[in-house]
Amino acid sequence: MSKASGYISEKPSVGHRIKQFFVDFVRQWEIQSMIWPGVIFMFIFCYIPIYGLTIAFKRYTVIDRIDSAPWVALENFEIILSDKFFWESVVNTLGISFLKLAIGFIVPIILAIMIYEVSLSGFKKFVQTISYLPHFLSWIVLGGMLINWFATTGLFNELLLALGIIDEPRNILLDPDKYWWIATLSDIWKEAGWGTILYLAVMAKIDPTYYEAAKIDGANRLKQIWHITIPNMKLMISLNLILTISGLLGSNLDQTLVLMNSQNREKAEVINSYVYRMGMTQGDFSYATAVGLGVSIVSVILLVSANAVTKRLNDNQSVL
Amino acid sequence: MKLKTMRRDWDSRVFDTINITCLSIILIVILVPLWNVVISSFSSSKALAEGGFIFWPSELSLENYRAVFRDNSIGQSFFISIAKTAIGVVTHVLFCAMVAYGLSKNNVRGRKFYVTMGVITMFFSGGMIPTYLLIKSLGLLNSFWVYIIPALLSFYDVIILMNFFRNVPSSLEESAKIDGAGDWRVFLSIFIPLSMPAMATIAMFNGVSQWNDFMTTKLYITNEALYPLQMKLYEIIVQSQTQSMQNIGGSVIIETTTKGVQLATIVITTLPIVVIYPLLQRYFISGMMLGAVKE
Repeated sequence: MSKASGYISEKPSVGHRIKQFFVDFVRQWEIQSMIWPGVIFMFIFCYIPIYGLTIAFKRYTVIDRIDSAPWVALENFEIILSDKFFWESVVNTLGISFLKLAIGFIVPIILAIMIYEVSLSGFKKFVQTISYLPHFLSWIVLGGMLINWFATTGLFNELLLALGIIDEPRNILLDPDKYWWIATLSDIWKEAGWGTILYLAVMAKIDPTYYEAAKIDGANRLKQIWHITIPNMKLMISLNLILTISGLLGSNLDQTLVLMNSQNREKAEVINSYVYRMGMTQGDFSYATAVGLGVSIVSVILLVSANAVTKRLNDNQSVL
Repeated sequence: MKLKTMRRDWDSRVFDTINITCLSIILIVILVPLWNVVISSFSSSKALAEGGFIFWPSELSLENYRAVFRDNSIGQSFFISIAKTAIGVVTHVLFCAMVAYGLSKNNVRGRKFYVTMGVITMFFSGGMIPTYLLIKSLGLLNSFWVYIIPALLSFYDVIILMNFFRNVPSSLEESAKIDGAGDWRVFLSIFIPLSMPAMATIAMFNGVSQWNDFMTTKLYITNEALYPLQMKLYEIIVQSQTQSMQNIGGSVIIETTTKGVQLATIVITTLPIVVIYPLLQRYFISGMMLGAVKE
């Protein structure tokens, strides 16, 4: 910003620079009047809640004001360590996240390659249109659909009965041991198609002469994918991987709230829904905030270390 | 040599066949469940209770839809959903555009500070409880404006629009300024019309998330008159689940009527998304590419 006053040859004094700043500021009042509503908005809706995180270190009750509640240092965090239900929710969160990472991360890559390899442009468009659609359904809608598909007279049981895989219809949403798979696979069903968009955009930029050269060298289609398509997607894949890893402790609150019931709760409760339950249902604001804060700190650590690891794998090129 | 080429063509054809077969299976996996929901919502409660169909029920009927609309609250919810989406999108896009226009000028005093302040909000947030306490102390609990005001600004969208504004040729602005137009005039009468494609993209994505949003209601609204469709649907789902769990082995009729209502509400809630989906599609790629641009 000092360039603006670059016509002054000697270095101006601090007082002069402050004065110049205000003179410019007033002269630019029109532009500043566009920015300041945004600044005030961010101050209120982003920075006040960040200040509100201090209640994690306090004993805050509904009747208190945030600044008058008594400090308790790390007491809330000590309770976390011995909270059995919290650790149960951590296990569920990690379990579901790792399943989503193991399967849900690979599926869009494969799907994108499959779509890219289709040469009939009408069919290609159709596949894209249909596979992006579930992304735009809300989790409440999809949750309602899943409950109906898995009902004893629903699609899922009818299908398995017709194929002779089961003899008796059962509602697997009431079976806690199946919950992780339901959460993972329904997420893949919803998001896999949408996940291909960025990969397809990257692939569209690959120089077609690579493929022609490979063809002349006698490479078949699989070899072309392996030696041309995938290496070109490497950067996008690692970017997605970093984002997925940093989100390992995050979980889908909408999905959990709609699919969780009294029968599968032990396997369905994730960190987010636990924070929701402790804070909003039980009113223990300080404790719920401490859980949330602890989890986001671990997430930042995960993000930084994932970035460091992929940076090494990508010849010291940082993707972030 | 010729033999080799033929062989390669053969390989390639096998590859294409397998590929298209697999993709067709994927299409079936997506479409059949969706079709099943739609057709189930049009089946009579008797057919729903019997089950035993995937593609076509034994009896078609509109009774589920009649049951849904008999309840006036669904119309109210539909109205709330439309209102919050329409008002939310327009105010969000205009507010973001205004801030983005200001920040797109390099010589703005304090620009570095403003941008840093914004970027921090993209990575850190107070989280659920502190935000709830803020909303509560602002008196926004159980107010329609809780759908609109906290959603006014997203710095992510500001960056997208800011990058777009920077690519507008500066000669347009200069000539308007010579004619005596101020920044607000330039912004409203030159930049807004020029940036319609970018703003439409943001509006589309923001509109879908407003329509689909249910957490805002769940967290801040207890007054049923302010429930949007998503929350209404959630209530129906939760209700029928507890009912059917109480009724395991009990009366089947209650379960199937609520099931029918549930299915019809699902279809009604999703219909607007499906209707604008073809329009939406034009913005997919541009939207994702805009998002991928770093500052």
